[in-house]
Amino acid sequence: MPQPTRRRASFWRVLLILPILAVIAVGCFNSTGPSLWGFPFFYWYQMLWVLLCSAIVGLVFFIEGPSADAGDDA
Amino acid sequence: MAPLALQPVALVVFLILFVLVTVLGFLGAKWRRGDLDTLHEWGLGGRRFGTWISWFLLGGDLYTAYTFVAVPALVFGAGAVGFFAVPYTIIIYPILFAFFPRLWWVCKRHGYLTAPEFVLGRFDSRALSVALALTGILATMPYIALQLVGMQVVLAALGLQGTGIWSDVPLFIAFIVLAAFTYTSGLRAPAIIAVVKDILIYATVIAAAIVIPLHLGGWGKIFASVPAAKLTLPVPAAHSLGSYGAYATLALGSALALFLYPHSMTGILAASSGRVIKRNAALLPAYSLVLGFLALLGFMAIAYGVAKNPAYAAGFAQYKGNFAVPALILSAFPSWFAGVAFAAIAIGALVPASIMSIATANIFTRDIYKAFLKPHATDKQESGMAKLVSLIVKLGALAFIVLLPATTAIQFQLLGGIWIIQTLPAVMLGLSRLRLRPEALLTGWAVGMVIGTAMAASTSFKSAIFPLHLPGGFLAPGYAALYALIANLAIGFVLSWILNAFRSEQAARNDPAARFEF
Repeated sequence: MPQPTRRRASFWRVLLILPILAVIAVGCFNSTGPSLWGFPFFYWYQMLWVLLCSAIVGLVFFIEGPSADAGDDA
Repeated sequence: MAPLALQPVALVVFLILFVLVTVLGFLGAKWRRGDLDTLHEWGLGGRRFGTWISWFLLGGDLYTAYTFVAVPALVFGAGAVGFFAVPYTIIIYPILFAFFPRLWWVCKRHGYLTAPEFVLGRFDSRALSVALALTGILATMPYIALQLVGMQVVLAALGLQGTGIWSDVPLFIAFIVLAAFTYTSGLRAPAIIAVVKDILIYATVIAAAIVIPLHLGGWGKIFASVPAAKLTLPVPAAHSLGSYGAYATLALGSALALFLYPHSMTGILAASSGRVIKRNAALLPAYSLVLGFLALLGFMAIAYGVAKNPAYAAGFAQYKGNFAVPALILSAFPSWFAGVAFAAIAIGALVPASIMSIATANIFTRDIYKAFLKPHATDKQESGMAKLVSLIVKLGALAFIVLLPATTAIQFQLLGGIWIIQTLPAVMLGLSRLRLRPEALLTGWAVGMVIGTAMAASTSFKSAIFPLHLPGGFLAPGYAALYALIANLAIGFVLSWILNAFRSEQAARNDPAARFEF
């Protein structure tokens, strides 16, 4: 078996922490205003972060490319 | 009180869709044909599911029928706090992306089918592996039972409410169908059914998000009909994290626990590559958006005043808030579409229930039967045992629901979350080069299980939120699972550090971690 090479996750993975921080900082979004299309802030803010989370994960995926870590080889 | 009316049109549509997925479930055995007499094929679909099938399979696996009924029910009853399901299903994706492609790769390379199998290879500790296997089985059983609760509510809404022994007959039939196609087709059955289920769910939610606000005069009107106290979380008092702490820790803890559940693990390991998992971490949030709108069905039910409608009184009397969504569907949609929506929920129960029973069967077979009882079991004996266990597990879940009140299943599921998260250090940190020792991890696991269970017991198993008193009179109410995990991690790290200090250099060089390419 060839000596396995150890690979490091890219620096860009730091971005993955953003959606988590954004939704656990509850005090920052626990309000009804400003509302959007009738949705109180509390609701549309969190729904918006669903989309942003998807975009951020997708971004990290594309930046890292095909050989970011071991799981990609197979 | 008048019994719930029979809904003939909805029932016919429902039955047609149910028969359709039953046929698909059995045809699944022939799909991407493999030797179903091996556990790798029966229990993991041969690890051949690409991006789209994995998307449907994981979507059907993680967003269960019970979620679809219980989350809006919580929003209906308690308001904003029920929306924690949305941050919860956001946080899972960075975690999925960061940890699980690597787990997939290790498992593929070493032929592991379950997480405890990986832990056995990584730490060379049978005790730790078995502890994890038992935790997984224990946490999953009540979860399967809850899927049947979701189905029960829908069957009642269709008007299928017999008396005496007849009352459970429709559930028995659904159960036999579920057991039979899981037995013959293995993981291929829920994978193929998930496609139908998800199309129905998306159709239902999109229709609800458009039709109901139009009918009620816009989203603004819906939110306006909700009491102000329910629209946002109560602001915490001084020296307390109050509801903010509860909301954030529930979301974070539930997210950390999710992929440790055997059924999630099975869904992930069935992917055809690590990149399939990564792509899904970016694509699966589509379901979180659906879940967000579904949660808001709870407010729509308030706006519709379904709780005051005498036609649904019997449903609310028996199923409490869980009847809110079925009642809303019956009042807002034409009868045929109600049939579609109910089929979506019922089929939404079949998919995860099937995957959960397969996952439990995989664990029992690999980590208990093969590890201890019959080390030289052939492929055929292995798959035969797994098929048998999948039946027993479902029978157990059925007995649970028929013999015990639904609240028992809910309380056990609450405990299940607290328990399964205690496997995090061994599974997720086991993927790193951290010099953790199995004795330390096992002690941490045991302490976490005891502390978490004690915290839940202190609320009489009614709430997952434990009011933690910090020094200085500060109150931090939070998810018991997360607090117990912190204790578990602290013990795991400190004990490992002590054990490593007394370890010979040669023993350290021979550590089983060296077999893995992290």
